[in-house]
Amino acid sequence: MSTQEEPVMEGLKAELRRESRRLRLDFNELKSGGFIKQTQKDLFTVRLRCPGGQVTADKLHLAADIAQRFGRGEVHLSVRQSVEIPYVHYQHFDAITEELKTVNWSVASCGPRVRVPTACAGCTYNPNGLVDTQSMCREVDRRYFGIPTGHHKFKISFSGCPIDCFRSREMDLGFQGVVEPKLVEELCTGCELCVKNCEDEALRMEGSLPVRDLDKCIWCGDCVKICPVDAMVVDRRGWLARVGGKHGKHPLFAYEVANFLSDDQAFSLIEATLGWYRSQGRGRERIGATIARLGLEQYIQEVIHPLGGEAIESPQERRRYWAEGNLYGLRGGEATRKI
Amino acid sequence: MDQTTEENRLDLRGVLCPMNFVHTKLKLEEMAEGQTLEVILDDGEAMRNVPRNVKADGHHILSVHKLPDNSYKLLIRRGTD
Repeated sequence: MSTQEEPVMEGLKAELRRESRRLRLDFNELKSGGFIKQTQKDLFTVRLRCPGGQVTADKLHLAADIAQRFGRGEVHLSVRQSVEIPYVHYQHFDAITEELKTVNWSVASCGPRVRVPTACAGCTYNPNGLVDTQSMCREVDRRYFGIPTGHHKFKISFSGCPIDCFRSREMDLGFQGVVEPKLVEELCTGCELCVKNCEDEALRMEGSLPVRDLDKCIWCGDCVKICPVDAMVVDRRGWLARVGGKHGKHPLFAYEVANFLSDDQAFSLIEATLGWYRSQGRGRERIGATIARLGLEQYIQEVIHPLGGEAIESPQERRRYWAEGNLYGLRGGEATRKI
Repeated sequence: MDQTTEENRLDLRGVLCPMNFVHTKLKLEEMAEGQTLEVILDDGEAMRNVPRNVKADGHHILSVHKLPDNSYKLLIRRGTD
């Protein structure tokens, strides 16, 4: 736990410690909280906790007010959906923290901890959404936000459908909604709209009925949404889980490791993965590097199998999710991905 | 059964998304519940979006026919609001 994400000078840390004692701030809260050192002396960016990017009007008003009184009257929207208030002097941390409490708000995390999860609108109001990403995101934030990993940051995101706007492939743990369709043959009129709408060419007509190629289907549910007579229905719904992705100087593409997880199985997967990372990780490595070092098989055996869900074991099973192009490889590795 | 009249017909070939859907929607709004509308749509994007949105708005797609120029003729029955 001696690791620090942002390179903060020892002198500054000592100064902050003295200053926090004077202001009776909890220095640990300061470290775990989203107060991010700026280039400018004594100035910080205050990152606010916005799981799933949902912020009420009350909170937005307060953020604007704080930015006006303690910052420079502006906010910055982080790439992970947080509202950030830049140019805040550290003397105001205490006042800001107190004011945030009045609307039940707090600052976000930084450093080697579970970060605020991100999510799209999901099925709440996005027509493509298959699952309730926002509820899931709020619950994951409530349960796991700020937990120290012992190694490095840990990012989780939720995408409501395979369009994957929330980049589940680039997260330490990414979840994406999936739907398994089923044809009620008696209702089908053979209009072929589902076949036309399947972008993965997983459906074809055989006689007067559509037939699904199980090797091609990516469970997007488009066929269910398009069917004019509700002959194509949802057989089951759940989460596709990806692990080991990251951005940064050395990006990694995540592996699909489990499919059609229930909400409870997803929580179990998060807990088991965090436990595994804490015990198996070394130094300041992300979980993607831990998996690269130990092998994906070990992660699947130790984390996925005990869950009892539907494990995704082979590269062949994963191939359906891969786009063409330059899939990330490890440094010094080949351009294409090895599993 | 098919009571489609000249007024209840839209040729939306060459009209881009989402305007093709908007035209369809406006037309359906003028009509009474149960009346039918015939819409001609381009293949591709239009056929991926319009039928799905029409369905999501609570209308019923009664039939889909492919035309010789690869466009599609949809018969839509106006649903309840």
